[in-house]
Amino acid sequence: MALSRRHPAAVFAVLAIALGTTGAAYAAVSASTAPKQVVKSATQVEQGKSLFLEGCSSCHGLAAQGSSDGPSLIGVGSAAVDFQVGSGRMPLAGPAVQAVSKPSQYSESEIAALAAYVASVGPGPAIPTQDMLKTDGADLALGGELFRTNCSQCHSVSGKGGALSEGRWAPNLMGADGKEMYEAMVTGPQNMPIFSDKTITVEEKQAIIRYLQELQKQESPGGAALGRLGPVTEGLFLFIVGLGALIVVAVWIGAKAK
Amino acid sequence: MSTNKAIDTVAGGKAGVVGNYLDDRLHGASGVKKLLNKVFPDHWSFMLGEIALYSFIILLLSGTYLTLWFKPSMTEVVYNGSYMPLKGVKMSEAYASTLDISFDVRAGLLMRQIHHWAALFFVAAVSVHLLRVFFTGAFRKPREINWVIGTLLLVLAILEGFAGYSLPDDLLSGTGLRIAEGIVQAIPLLGTYVAMFLFGGEFPGNDFISRLYSIHILLVPGILLALVSAHLIIVFYQKHTQFPGAGRTESNVVGYRLYPIYMAKAGGFFFIVFGVTTLIAALVTINPIWLYGPYTPSQVTAGSQPDWYIGWLDGAVRLTPNWETNLLGHTISWNLLIPALIIPGIMFTALGVYPWIEAWVTGDKREHHLLDRPRNAPTRTGLGVMAISFYLMLWISGGNDIIATAFSLSINEITWSLRVLLFVVPPLSFVITKRACLGLQRRDRDKLLHGYETGRVLRLPHGEYIEVHAPVSDEERAVLLGKNDVAPLQLGSATDANGVANPKGKSGARRAKLSEWFYGDNVPVPSAAELEEAAHHLAHASHSEITSH
Ligand code: HEC
Ligand code: HEC
Ligand code: HEM
Repeated sequence: MALSRRHPAAVFAVLAIALGTTGAAYAAVSASTAPKQVVKSATQVEQGKSLFLEGCSSCHGLAAQGSSDGPSLIGVGSAAVDFQVGSGRMPLAGPAVQAVSKPSQYSESEIAALAAYVASVGPGPAIPTQDMLKTDGADLALGGELFRTNCSQCHSVSGKGGALSEGRWAPNLMGADGKEMYEAMVTGPQNMPIFSDKTITVEEKQAIIRYLQELQKQESPGGAALGRLGPVTEGLFLFIVGLGALIVVAVWIGAKAK
Repeated sequence: MSTNKAIDTVAGGKAGVVGNYLDDRLHGASGVKKLLNKVFPDHWSFMLGEIALYSFIILLLSGTYLTLWFKPSMTEVVYNGSYMPLKGVKMSEAYASTLDISFDVRAGLLMRQIHHWAALFFVAAVSVHLLRVFFTGAFRKPREINWVIGTLLLVLAILEGFAGYSLPDDLLSGTGLRIAEGIVQAIPLLGTYVAMFLFGGEFPGNDFISRLYSIHILLVPGILLALVSAHLIIVFYQKHTQFPGAGRTESNVVGYRLYPIYMAKAGGFFFIVFGVTTLIAALVTINPIWLYGPYTPSQVTAGSQPDWYIGWLDGAVRLTPNWETNLLGHTISWNLLIPALIIPGIMFTALGVYPWIEAWVTGDKREHHLLDRPRNAPTRTGLGVMAISFYLMLWISGGNDIIATAFSLSINEITWSLRVLLFVVPPLSFVITKRACLGLQRRDRDKLLHGYETGRVLRLPHGEYIEVHAPVSDEERAVLLGKNDVAPLQLGSATDANGVANPKGKSGARRAKLSEWFYGDNVPVPSAAELEEAAHHLAHASHSEITSH
């Protein structure tokens, strides 16, 4: 919104978003730092563009407009690039039901450059700032409720992930950091819906992140968690370890009797 | 009572001392004495029923502890206990009190976990016990009634488990109940009314948890207790079966006296079962309800599964295509009716009446106190393995989403493969099992005729190599000779000798065919004459071994 009011400065503002460390609102407020970042981003965008032409344009098109091999990136925002490239999903190795996350091929500054470039071709959700990722004051219980209402149908209540149709899956969230969670929510990668700030506010996103981080830290109060996969692993454990042990004892008693 | 003494000295030690002490005092009561002198045979598989019994006792004990704190109420409260991630969340009293038991009651979590693990053990032990009774033919006359009681126990054990699983009113159990409600609603014509009646109105309603609670802690355990007692009294009365072996006949029981040895052993085994259950409960989480959160109809979670013994039904639901028909304004939901009512209905009915089916097919109306070794009843064993493999396919399908994520497979492909495998694997298992059994029978016959292979190879003077065979031990010989050969039924053919149609002929012929299918491939135990002849040969063979030294 700030962008559209300041139409003439749009280019600068877009570049500011593209920087990769500031959100749109932040850029608008802290006017004093903006120009410096813009100058920095101008070269960053250049660098990003060349990285893009080299590694991404074969699928996403020379101007990020998309091709038969990859969707248009106009308007996906820096958050999408940071998420996709930062998690190693992009560049995609080849046709696959779903991009797998792996160690990123790009350095942090290269990712920032790519993000800046993609943001420069069309505005979209920006990479969250450190401030937006602060969860100290967030409401843990609310986060849990929001998670169970909006996310657990795919990622399961324990955040361990789950199967979607046709070989797709919602990944295990126990290794994701706050930034990834935020970016996933605002960009909705693949089959995941986009949770804009209208459906889930920034505070609510922080609450969800806090809840997930609590789950990541939580030691299982009841002992070994069996992967937190629920009754399936419990049942397997019962038959293989539990009943197995008792039958071994029974055989042993039977043998001793002879 | 010289034999009693003999056993006492074998047992020796403290059991003997305590035994003698009680023996002296109980002497007068001859009824008790008779009871205590009852003999139980010994085989590890006879302890499976005991595991079931002991888990049941553990369930009663740990369950009683839980009733002291659990509140079976759907009244909405705000959680204010010590589990931070749920503090301030609105939930039913049932769920809040389960959280309290888990986090704020001394030993509460341990007791919850003991109770839940014991429930899984209970149904598992009952099922495996059932398999042992099935595969050994222990259900045959005169034990058919006890088999039926057993089937009822299995059904009740499953119901009891499901009721307990549903009580905490967490997201997982609520999801399960919702499906159960759908299944009840799928009953043609009556469904909606029955569901309304059970839930006291719209799902989830306000009454259901308290109703379920009465069922779970009073009704079903009461019936279970009564049936378990009847079950055991009948076992006691009819005496336990035994495997064939030296000195074992249809009219004796070889084993230990109930008192003191069997009692000491059984008592010890109780503590082992209790110990293993407690150890697992102390070390391994089960049903972490705090992760699931309170039940709200608007929430769902990936990976919702029931406990293992409901898994096959869940799997059947997952496998059935989305079939529905509309009949006179009523929707018939085949997608629920078939997997959740028709399939289990058929499976449990077939289970319950199996003793009579087999008796009819085989025409075998004799009493049996000596068990079959599974290989010696290849068709029965094949049918059993077939049923197990059918069950397993459904069971695997119940975890299709977990399998998909664990092995990076497509859930749709898993479902389609299982739909095919469900019809391919069971018949295949039948054929393979039957063949394997017949192979083992042939080997047994060989052993009787030619002895066992000692693994020693000899070179005869003229250069030929032979493996030395030695006669099997007396014990093994008794086991092998204990095989029960039944000839297929020879019932009247469709026409009698004069070519006149036999009124009973057609069904008789069909029955004879079934009987032929059941027994036809049997590899008979060698006759006395054959054995005689073989013994002669064997002696000769070992003789040639000696001369070749
Ligand atoms: C082999 C073709 C291919 C290459 C190379 C490739 N991508 Fe992609 N990209 C895709 C496909 C296909 C999708 C959509 C499917 C998906 O998200 O997994 C996609 C999706 C994306 C998205 C998410 C779009 C959205 O709507 O959220 C971003 C961002 C992205 N790519 C960035 C990049 C960047 C940056 C590079 C270069 C480092 C790159 N991609 C290289 C094929 C490719
Ligand atoms: C419709 C199913 C669905 C829902 C609902 C959903 N997600 Fe996702 N989520 C996905 C899929 C699919 C992916 C993987 C995308 C990919 O691989 O490109 C994903 C990825 C993620 C990731 C990235 C994990 C990683 O390993 O990099 C995070 C974090 C995440 N989701 C969080 C959430 C949160 C928080 C919510 C709720 C607000 C949510 N998701 C709701 C399907 C879903
Ligand atoms: C609550 C569940 C059950 C308990 C506690 C239980 C307990 C026992 C015990 C302790 C025995 C004697 C020891 C043994 O043979 O293992 C026994 C025997 C027997 N049980 Fe069960 N059982 C249960 C369920 C079943 C089921 C589901 C079936 C079959 C459908 C079954 C059929 C039988 C039969 C036929 C015998 C006699 C076996 C023989 O004499 O060889 N029982 N049961």
